Amino acid sequence: MPRPPSRLATTPGTTEDRAAARAAGRDRGGRAAGRDRGGRARSGTAQGRWLPVGGVAVALAIFELVPRAGLVDDRFLPPVSSMLVALLGMVSDGSLRLPVGQTLLGWALGLGLAVLVALPLGILIGSVFLLFRATRSIVEFLRPVPSVALIPLAVLVFGVGLESKVFLAAWAATWPILLQTLYGVRDVDPVATETARSFKVPARTRLCRVILPSALPYVATGVRISAAVALILVVTAELVLGAPGLGQQINIARQSAAVETMYGLIIVTGLIGWGLNAAMARVEARLLAWHPSHREQAR
Amino acid sequence: MTAPTRSARATGLGLEITVPVAVLVLWGLASADSDSFYFPPLVDIVRAFGDIWLFDRVGSDVVPSLSRLFAGYSLAVVAAVVIGLALGSSDTARKMCDPVVQFLRAIPPPVLLPAGILVLGVGSGMKVALIAFVCFWPVLLNTIDGVAGVDPTLRETARSFRIPPGERLRRIVLPSAAPQIFAGARVSLSIAVIMMVVSEMVASTDGIGYFVLQSQRTYAITDMWSGIFLLALLGYVLNALFLLVERRVLRWHRGARAGSA
Repeated sequence: MPRPPSRLATTPGTTEDRAAARAAGRDRGGRAAGRDRGGRARSGTAQGRWLPVGGVAVALAIFELVPRAGLVDDRFLPPVSSMLVALLGMVSDGSLRLPVGQTLLGWALGLGLAVLVALPLGILIGSVFLLFRATRSIVEFLRPVPSVALIPLAVLVFGVGLESKVFLAAWAATWPILLQTLYGVRDVDPVATETARSFKVPARTRLCRVILPSALPYVATGVRISAAVALILVVTAELVLGAPGLGQQINIARQSAAVETMYGLIIVTGLIGWGLNAAMARVEARLLAWHPSHREQAR
Repeated sequence: MTAPTRSARATGLGLEITVPVAVLVLWGLASADSDSFYFPPLVDIVRAFGDIWLFDRVGSDVVPSLSRLFAGYSLAVVAAVVIGLALGSSDTARKMCDPVVQFLRAIPPPVLLPAGILVLGVGSGMKVALIAFVCFWPVLLNTIDGVAGVDPTLRETARSFRIPPGERLRRIVLPSAAPQIFAGARVSLSIAVIMMVVSEMVASTDGIGYFVLQSQRTYAITDMWSGIFLLALLGYVLNALFLLVERRVLRWHRGARAGSA
């Protein structure tokens, strides 16, 4: 397929994202594409650099002026400045550190567990054709199951603490990684595997030198999707079950009518989600700098 | 991958059918005389499923859930595509919106529930609004991206031939952006289901999410399992329906890709 000329015309940020999406999501009709836009820095002209800043300023101004002008009741939506003041208050008196830590701990354990389970399983299923067919219908059935449906089960089995959070996050995060790994392994260039096999390259070397490197972009996309999903599930568990963490704090703030604090905490979770996504994208770019889909990024 | 032989292919198809059946049978046998409180016999769950969901609670729980889901989801998709088309065609607007949209999309959706309850109460309106809000961003981002990524040669050609803007939008921009719009819509669909369930768990007196959590709280474990089964089926069916629509709408796209490969 000839390179679409659009790569020449659009900003580097969007083209590289699209290239990565194309590389990683080819097989599944761009399933990955929806989440493929990390918070990567966009380069461009001097004017282009200031536009995002201007956009943020406009958005802040709207959220400041609309409540101040009385267009909405400020008991429900206070001006953004008072949300930020509440947020800064929580940062400075240190009350934010514990819930953020609890949320991130649940996220990291859940995602880590998912990687530990899904990566080997994906490689195994991806490399054995019969295993792939045998598990396909089960995987295809379980994957779209809304993971929040398991919340009641998690409470029964694991209680309302950290274990529940980790279980839910790990369950939800397993599927994207598993599927991306599986399709990544199946998409390895047959010439490469055949060549390695003819040269009697031992299986383990073949795995490390041929299969893993070429599946890595898929895996990376899977992990990035899973990172976002795991955070959603962790926060949901805190919100619904009252497991300690940011979600629980938000609920408490609402019940005690601390509206500014509630919005401040919501902003924090948004920033965490955005930051994790950006960090993942950066790690991925660093890790895959050698890969064709990422090469132009190295500049 | 080596190309599987013909017999391997046949065995594969056989496995694809028999393994899930075997798993279910195994589960059924293993749990048949289970006296574990949390994991009741599969047969009981299936029986409860029939009793509860084969039309007994469809009107009281399934219909409200699904109507909220579809109302919110369709609102979000229509709004996001319209706004995305507008934003995507202007470079300045796109760059200005980018960080704000990125941030709003990064908020884990369920976190907005307390704010939604505060502003809109606990009624159906709040749930529809929240579902619409969280589904909006992925579709918007992908629409903007898709529109911005329309092949410039195509765009310029259309302009040189003085094809009117409306026609250009319908014949060039929308079709080029469609694959990406669908990718976003698919992400949104799964978020919509999550939001539907969570909003019912937190603040509702009807709906499947409410039923499941309520069953757990009253220790009606078999009923809870039947609800989980229903949600699983629902997720699967919605996804399958979506793929069906996508395949239909994007048929030309697949053909074009296959042809050029």
